[in-house]
Amino acid sequence: MARRTDLSSGAGRTLVFVYGVFAAAATARSVFQLATEAERAPLAYGLSLLAAVVYVVATASLLRGGARAWRVAVAACSVELVGVVVVGALSLARTDLFPEPTVWSHFGQGYGFVPLVLPVLGLLWLRRTRPGPS
Amino acid sequence: MNTWVVVAVLTLTVLAAAVAAVQMVRDQPIGDRTFAVLALAEAAVLVQLVLGLVLLVGTENDVDAVLFVGYLVGLLVALPIGAFWSLAERSRAGTGVVLLAALTVVALEVRLVDIWAAGV
Repeated sequence: MARRTDLSSGAGRTLVFVYGVFAAAATARSVFQLATEAERAPLAYGLSLLAAVVYVVATASLLRGGARAWRVAVAACSVELVGVVVVGALSLARTDLFPEPTVWSHFGQGYGFVPLVLPVLGLLWLRRTRPGPS
Repeated sequence: MNTWVVVAVLTLTVLAAAVAAVQMVRDQPIGDRTFAVLALAEAAVLVQLVLGLVLLVGTENDVDAVLFVGYLVGLLVALPIGAFWSLAERSRAGTGVVLLAALTVVALEVRLVDIWAAGV
């Protein structure tokens, strides 16, 4: 039987902390936006909510560990990377679609570009911790 | 916002972040003295929470109250969570978590000052 894949120690421990911070921040932000002014920028706020869900899923699967959580984490980090690149490009090209910023606008500039770097670090970490055949 | 509290929070967290960065390069765990600095920073954040609420109730300014209180609370929980998450692994990774927690507080504090200033 293969050893259970541990995703939250070593470099994974620092990664979990950053993912946790973004999960909390993005969730709080999207709940706040949707509760106070949902109709003002439905696309931007919908994307904020999507970002929040992705961060929560990534944090939870890194904490959980194991082969299945590993696959979920790969999916979450991939969605996150595609999301930040697509939303980042769209927010520059189609400013009319984004009257209000999201976590991923301008490639995460409002958050020190951490949203752009984080999925890359996440995928690198997951490549190193790929579970062996069980 | 009260300048003294902001200066105290930023000074203590930047100091803790600097020590953690050095310890990370040296591949050493966080020492007791750094945890003491973090405890002082947390005390300053707690004072800031109380003071911020008092200021918010008393102000005539148009400060976004929900956002402001959200940041005050976020600041309060960041260091304890980081410290405990770090203590579970007394290695370079644990030191890195303290560094990240301190930097998170710096970022939140800067935004907190912005949010307050936007309403003045």
